Amino acid sequence: MFNYTIRRLLFAIPTLLVISFLIFAILDLAPSDPTGNLPLTIPPEVREKIRLSLGLGEPFPIRYLKWLQQFFINEPLNMIEQWFGITIGDSENRLRVQSWATRSPVVDLIVERMPQTLWVVGMSYVVGILIAIPIGVISAYRQYSVFDQVGTFVSMVGFSVPTFFTGLVLIVVFSSTLGWLPSIYDTTHKVTDLSSFWFQVKQMIMPVMVLALFNASQLSRFMRASMLDNLSQDYVRTARAKGLKERAVLLIHVLRNSLIPVVTVIALGIPQIFGGAIITEQIFRVNGLGQLLIIGIQGADIPLVQTLTFIFAVLIVLFNLLADIVYGILDPRIRYE
Amino acid sequence: MVKGGICDGTCVLNAGGFAGAGNSFSQEHNMKKALLCSAVAAGCFAGSALAERGSDGQLNIIYWQAASILNPYLSGGTKDIEASSLVIEPLARYDETGMMVPVLVDEIPTVDNGGVSEDLKSITWTLSEGVKWSDGSALTAADVAFTAAYCLDPEGGCQQASNFTDVESVEAVDDLTVKVSFSVAKPFPYGPFVGSQVPVIQKAQFENCMGAKAPECTEANFGPIGTGPFVVSEFKANDVVTYEANSNYRDEAKPAFGSVVFKGGGDAASAARSVLETGEFDYAWNLQVEPEILSKMASAGKGTVVSAFGTSVERLMVNKTNPDPALGDKRATVEGGAHPFLTDLSVVNALSKAIDRQILVDVGYGDAGQPTCNVLPAPAIYASTANDECLAQDIAAANKLLDDAGWVRGGDGVREKDGVRLSILYQTSTNSVRQATQALVKQWWAEIGVETELRNIDASVFFGGDQSSPDTFQKFFADIEMYTNNFDGTDPENYMANWSCGEIPSPANQWLGDNMPRYCNADYDALVAKMAVTAKLEERAELAKQMNDMLMQEGAMIPLIHRGGVSAHANTLAGVRMNEWDSELWNAADWKRAE
Repeated sequence: MFNYTIRRLLFAIPTLLVISFLIFAILDLAPSDPTGNLPLTIPPEVREKIRLSLGLGEPFPIRYLKWLQQFFINEPLNMIEQWFGITIGDSENRLRVQSWATRSPVVDLIVERMPQTLWVVGMSYVVGILIAIPIGVISAYRQYSVFDQVGTFVSMVGFSVPTFFTGLVLIVVFSSTLGWLPSIYDTTHKVTDLSSFWFQVKQMIMPVMVLALFNASQLSRFMRASMLDNLSQDYVRTARAKGLKERAVLLIHVLRNSLIPVVTVIALGIPQIFGGAIITEQIFRVNGLGQLLIIGIQGADIPLVQTLTFIFAVLIVLFNLLADIVYGILDPRIRYE
Repeated sequence: MVKGGICDGTCVLNAGGFAGAGNSFSQEHNMKKALLCSAVAAGCFAGSALAERGSDGQLNIIYWQAASILNPYLSGGTKDIEASSLVIEPLARYDETGMMVPVLVDEIPTVDNGGVSEDLKSITWTLSEGVKWSDGSALTAADVAFTAAYCLDPEGGCQQASNFTDVESVEAVDDLTVKVSFSVAKPFPYGPFVGSQVPVIQKAQFENCMGAKAPECTEANFGPIGTGPFVVSEFKANDVVTYEANSNYRDEAKPAFGSVVFKGGGDAASAARSVLETGEFDYAWNLQVEPEILSKMASAGKGTVVSAFGTSVERLMVNKTNPDPALGDKRATVEGGAHPFLTDLSVVNALSKAIDRQILVDVGYGDAGQPTCNVLPAPAIYASTANDECLAQDIAAANKLLDDAGWVRGGDGVREKDGVRLSILYQTSTNSVRQATQALVKQWWAEIGVETELRNIDASVFFGGDQSSPDTFQKFFADIEMYTNNFDGTDPENYMANWSCGEIPSPANQWLGDNMPRYCNADYDALVAKMAVTAKLEERAELAKQMNDMLMQEGAMIPLIHRGGVSAHANTLAGVRMNEWDSELWNAADWKRAE
């Protein structure tokens, strides 16, 4: 297992390098211009100077190598410096990956946005799982019952209705009409006592629920299918024949075995949390990583988009590996050697 | 109580100085001091009785485009300029009528008061006494001179460089006097330091941020020290800015709000909703929302929609050169030859006459638009009335024009002459209002026998200057293109110069040029040259009108809509004076809670 992990990790390095090159090339070839969104009152000569000051005058390979250096050498060095409070070499003049729109280090922007994305999108994932597993279990155990039919219907709706619609409906009902919940997320809010915690809960309810509904719909279908597969297995009949209580059969034998594929799906979905939820974040103005990415794309802020998408790529590669390892741990029959 | 005491003391002292030192000061100076004293006294009374700094709590502003940076020299985006205008201020700015008002100076320099030299080559600003930066240090002429040096640094990529065109030097004559010299005569010398896009920044803060170092000063760019009513307390790029009242602001009783939250993100419709329907925010900017939806939201009674008109005009640019792909490299260039039919004035006039501008306004703009027949619709002194005939749609007259010019309808209803079909490729940026306009125009043009193919291109590509993209508005590989343009401030000299022959985009100048129609007329160029040396306002207005009329009557473009800005404020917010000539937040120091 250990050898396998090491081998996979080593293999990830060339994969990630290729990915980073592809992302950079695609972004570079895309017809976009960082000065495109500026008011037309800024004349073309000035725009040309702005582009030059952003380093766009240099040829593609040089820009790519510069980014590689900034991302793989300068940023980690900077991180080490910050963690241990030391200075390594000429840290004053070491160039970090700079966003073109904000002229500030991209990594700082990402770190600043991490909390709200993890809170809202992460929480929605947890809530989604908590809703999905019981629904999946009951739906499978009572297949074709009223509960199953309703559950299937709700998860179909949840999966097929886009979040920009459910989000708007919730805002119109709970913010505009009833006035119970804020429609705009306050990212500067700090939880210090019970009432500020309550406010945090209130502003999180709508975005979390919109996303949780979507996640739960997907997962509950997986859970149901996996339970159904297992319920008809021989070992279930054996367990029942042994005289085990139905509860023990269902929750100990069937559920554990059914969770194996579901856990993999959950693990593979985790990188998406870090990707943020572009649409939901926009609607509720959570302004997390998803919104950062979309603003970067709209403003042709290439270093920002490049760095963010590359970080997503790293996470996806890592969580794929993690899913494989977890799979091996959960199911002792699977061996990678 | 304490506050009242200080005020009383100041006035007594001033009064004493006035009485005792009568000989050593000029009469005028004494007068001013006396006025100042009474003004301060009045301020004190008003201050203690009515308003006090920070007494009105928090002001919530929502801009659906979030602020990325608070340094207008590094970002020319409107959202960034307006977010920074709460903190840093120019020497003078424009009020809601387009008049210049002094901010950090006592009066606007003119030729009459001696502030502008007779040869129009220099302007001398005198800063007001006692203006302080928010860190408590004094604002001096050195700061102003530094600001110019900061922007003029060739490596800095300063986005406001065009405001410093022809500036030869900016020098601090003494602590409060700064002289801007130009290399040519400038009849309108108010480019540098006038308007929120060219504010004064603090030398001490930005000294080490010149040139290539400019983008690295993140802390300064995110929290500039300013003279304005607010100071930045927290900046989250592309998300939210929080400000607090500036304790060193020059007017003791202002601002009424103790803090400001400037939230960004989302879209215009939900920004409007947060002010007009849910009441979570006090002010929402740039609400480009279908007029129908906006008026429905406003009927909830929580807020008011306000609009103001500047110089923005949505117009159709008419390509005078041939965009035929068969021309290869010569496509849409002067060398490629004239356009097969858009150089025929009767065609352009017919296209213009066939459009019902009022319907376009009703469908897409509402309060934010007025039909116009001029590319230069404002300020009022520059607005021509010679072309107003186009305001009324007249399909019959348009058809007659084309008939008379010999364009005959073919079997498919499309007119042609000498084998040339009136078939138009009409492009614009992707935007729901623009696409609705395109659809309507296409329908009207069909009624006069003109075939139209519609195309829309993502804004960042269309307005982006990517040399490799064939879809930019400069390359103009189409017959007609539609977009909005305007100019900063109130002087149209540079704007009107956009349509001189030298401004035509072509491969030779990397397609950098503002003359999209490729219009070229020696008479027009002569007017441009004349305006550059004419100082008298009335004569300048006359020249600008002539140029506008020439462009209209020779069919270089078809203006559609004079566009205004639309914003909304809560009914509990008082003091908003919607301004299209400057930052919308230009007078935020005067905003307060309504009773």
